[in-house]
Amino acid sequence: MQNLFYILSGLTIFAAIMVIISKHPIRSILFLVFTFFLISAHYVLLNAQFLALVNVVVYAGAIMVLFLFVVMFLNLNQDIERFKSWIPLSAAAISGACLFLVFFSAFRTSVLASHENTGGYQQGLVENLGEVLYRDYLFPMEICSILFLVAMIGVVLLGRKERVEPIKNLVP
Amino acid sequence: MSDLIFKLIFISVIFGLSLFIAMYSTYAERKLAAFLQDRLGPNRAGPFGILQPLADGIKLFFKEEFIPKASDRWLFIMGPGFFMITALMTSAVIPFAPDLPWNGQIFSMQAADLNVGILYLFGVVSLGVYGILIGGWASNNKFSLLGAIRAASQNISYELAMGLSIVSLIMVSSSLSLRDIVEQQNGWHWNVLYQPLGFLIFIICAFAETNRAPFDLPECETELVGGYHTEFSSMKLGFYLFAEYINMFVSSAVLATLYFGGYQFPFISSMDPGLTKTLLGAAVMFGKIFFFIFLFIWIRWTLPRFRYDQLMNLGWKVLIPLAVLNIILTGAFILFKS
Repeated sequence: MQNLFYILSGLTIFAAIMVIISKHPIRSILFLVFTFFLISAHYVLLNAQFLALVNVVVYAGAIMVLFLFVVMFLNLNQDIERFKSWIPLSAAAISGACLFLVFFSAFRTSVLASHENTGGYQQGLVENLGEVLYRDYLFPMEICSILFLVAMIGVVLLGRKERVEPIKNLVP
Repeated sequence: MSDLIFKLIFISVIFGLSLFIAMYSTYAERKLAAFLQDRLGPNRAGPFGILQPLADGIKLFFKEEFIPKASDRWLFIMGPGFFMITALMTSAVIPFAPDLPWNGQIFSMQAADLNVGILYLFGVVSLGVYGILIGGWASNNKFSLLGAIRAASQNISYELAMGLSIVSLIMVSSSLSLRDIVEQQNGWHWNVLYQPLGFLIFIICAFAETNRAPFDLPECETELVGGYHTEFSSMKLGFYLFAEYINMFVSSAVLATLYFGGYQFPFISSMDPGLTKTLLGAAVMFGKIFFFIFLFIWIRWTLPRFRYDQLMNLGWKVLIPLAVLNIILTGAFILFKS
């Protein structure tokens, strides 16, 4: 179990680094899909099968396909990647460092989760997850779904074109 | 230890069976198409042309393998392989027969009994589109790219309706494990009787997900030469074509499992668990699978292809609202019954 965790973690970090350093956007996306898979494998190790599969369905199966879709249409090449000015680069570096600082201070004192203090192998099952989400945390859950609804309506509103003459018959 | 060896043997048998059935689906397709079009079909290789799939396979292996110079070489090779892997992975969670007690041990006729089996199915199905997208894009051909884009948008659109139709099925069965779902359909309690609308939506989406006619827009010959596999030759083309038949086999198995009782047959509960029960159950399961494969072929040679805007309208404006309506109806039914 321990060895499996180290192998998986090594692979995950390798794939995540490859996302950043590959020059080609399509390869970056494929490595990102691979990273999501490995993260799902970590979820399985933590007995959260439901979360693992939802991660695959939503991220690897739907969102990344749309990413790939857009990149293929844009047809980006490595040649057109220009050098950007120093201001956004340094801003990104500083904000990344701040985030790291926050994480570091938050995780320094926390106890790492393990099977002993989570709740046994039953914890990640769908039934238990449903109980927690719809009994203990019903209100935050509903708020989240309203947030999603608002985002969806926003997308429809932005994506809707002005009404033009509809094409009647493609076939004469 | 004997459990592990049994699992290995079982997985190899299922692997071989899916390849074999897919191989003979091509033969069945050609024979049935010939029958429906008043032709003879393949009849030269062996008696009744029974060796035709073998001859096709050998031909594909010996064809020249050509990789276009302007293509992305690695992704071009990866595409068909990935498509094949995702096609073969799906059968892992399908229970093919009742449990077999043998020497005091119970052997389950299912490669993996996940408690989230339906989600596993759904996840693997949603990954299937990568093989097409990668292959179509890597060919560096406009027709291939258009075919790949069509495949991707079609799969994403129909996945939604498929997922929603499964939601109402889960509401009835209140379990995500395929094994539980089959066990609940004992006797004549087939899910298709409780979820007729859900079944209709699911089977339409299954046709769209396997890229079969009337939804074979990604490889529409009259518009796109050959679609996403225009540039592929030799066994790489063979993989793309063959994976489609494996997908057909797996979707038939899923349809039989979810809606038609899987391996259950009317008097199964009066039988003692044993070899006869397992074999009979497997025979019934494969009978149902063959029926659905026949249905797939029958519809392909009966209905004309959809136009692209019709396909999108059907997916988004008809199937998804119907699936939501089905969820509401199912919920109301459960509420009033309790």
